[in-house]
Amino acid sequence: MIPERAINAAVICGLLAVPIWAVMADEIFTITLTTRAVILALAAVGLNIALGIGGLVSFGHAVFFGLGGYAMGILAFHAQTFTPLDLGLVSVNGTKSMPVIWVVATAVSALAAWVIGLLSLRTTGVYFIMITLAFGQMFFYFTISWSAYGGEDGMSIYVRNGFPGLNTLVPIQFFGLCFAALCLALLLQWRLRGSAFGLALNAARQTPERVETVGLNPMRLKLLAFVISGAITGLAGALFADLNRFVSPTMFSWQLSGELIILIIIGGVGRLMGPVIGAAIFVALEHWLGGLTDFWHVWLGAILLLIVLFGRGGVIGLLTGKAGPHV
Amino acid sequence: MSLLTVQNLSASYGHSQVLFDVSLSIDAGEVVALMGRNGMGKTTTVRSICRMMASDGRLEFAGQTLHSLPSHGVARLGIGLCPEGRRCFRDLTVRENLIAAARPGDWTIETVGGLFPRLSERAQQRAASLSGGEQQMLAIGRALMTNPKLLILDEATEGLAPLIRQEIWAAIAQLKQETGMAILVIDKSLKELSLISDGAVILERGRTVWQGRMSALTPEVSHRYLGV
Repeated sequence: MIPERAINAAVICGLLAVPIWAVMADEIFTITLTTRAVILALAAVGLNIALGIGGLVSFGHAVFFGLGGYAMGILAFHAQTFTPLDLGLVSVNGTKSMPVIWVVATAVSALAAWVIGLLSLRTTGVYFIMITLAFGQMFFYFTISWSAYGGEDGMSIYVRNGFPGLNTLVPIQFFGLCFAALCLALLLQWRLRGSAFGLALNAARQTPERVETVGLNPMRLKLLAFVISGAITGLAGALFADLNRFVSPTMFSWQLSGELIILIIIGGVGRLMGPVIGAAIFVALEHWLGGLTDFWHVWLGAILLLIVLFGRGGVIGLLTGKAGPHV
Repeated sequence: MSLLTVQNLSASYGHSQVLFDVSLSIDAGEVVALMGRNGMGKTTTVRSICRMMASDGRLEFAGQTLHSLPSHGVARLGIGLCPEGRRCFRDLTVRENLIAAARPGDWTIETVGGLFPRLSERAQQRAASLSGGEQQMLAIGRALMTNPKLLILDEATEGLAPLIRQEIWAAIAQLKQETGMAILVIDKSLKELSLISDGAVILERGRTVWQGRMSALTPEVSHRYLGV
């Protein structure tokens, strides 16, 4: 069996090696594919904090992904049309600056996660799943009817946003930004998991009542985890929108929420690299099998079925021989 | 003034009332035994004190009423509970269990390890893989990590091997002598309780039927209410 640390190192090296090879082989599309995998992994890392450590099966994380995407889309739209963004009391200009967009995207997503968490974390189990799904559908249908920003057709952004010192239109440079964001999120998840907060959150997942007897408020722990989780997924949404230079209501769809959960289950729930492996497998299947058949999701479903039935620690669990604590 | 005052405590499970005007008090540094046969309301009393269930009556700790506090608020005020059945965080290691519960104060991982050396030896072991006795030590250690003024031990030696029971009783005696911590102990072993406790309260069908100094507990009373 392979130690988990070796798997983690191999995954990171692999993620770096593929685009470097692609640059040398002039396979630009492969860089875009890897960037897509990295961004989906980032979104799933966000969800993994809530799901893997906190046991919160959120079926509405597409809300934060979509909010991040729309934060980017709206700011960039107003920048490219030279129109002010009317916020009621004040008007602000749009921006094409990635750092500013990222701050706004994470702040908006975190705020939404706080509000949604306050309401949904009062429930547990299937009710929590359903209430988060309901929030996702609310945002989905709202954006469909939001004609100012494209409605059902979505909104195109003509030029990729900028980052100081980089040419973000060069795929490998944009990949570098996304990869750096993923590494930071992984570092945060790793530090969180071993911190007093992470351990208390893990304990709250196991026995909320007992956590209270040691002076910890499980609601507050879960809410904070949900906010951090939402903020990271929101950042991923902003990057995803920048990758495609397009935002649409599908970023809020329940299918996307489900896919994020599937990525984590395939890779390994609560495992550091679980979301990354899951995203890599997902994008690879989508690309290769999607080219062969329109029904590639059937194969994804088959893999999910096999993992759930025979490898509940996900791919990492199968490789390490340890199901892991969070299954 | 008492550290903990419980007066006329009543509690119900649904329509079934299980506590009827239970009263007890614990002073700082005092060890009180809460005794009674099975199903007489000992754990329900503890759950009410810790606000893990709704109850009526007067509940005060260190001059503050407990009724307005949630369960975690009671723990933060200084009541550390070692619950019946241990209930360690099974997926966490021994060390992680202790870190998760840690609050500022004299009790640290090292001092808990000094009280229960076995926990230091098993620091990196998952709680689920510990023996029953070690889990009990961990449950006590976890409660101590909250740095309580009052430690409640609910059936801390139940179902353990005699040697382990001795270790637990020795640790409780050490706590009493060295820290002066107030302790409320629920246990069925009258012999050990009488050695360690200053005061005693006996519950019978949800009512306080006897309370006083442990030295004043007569064989007749213990035979009548405890069957020993």
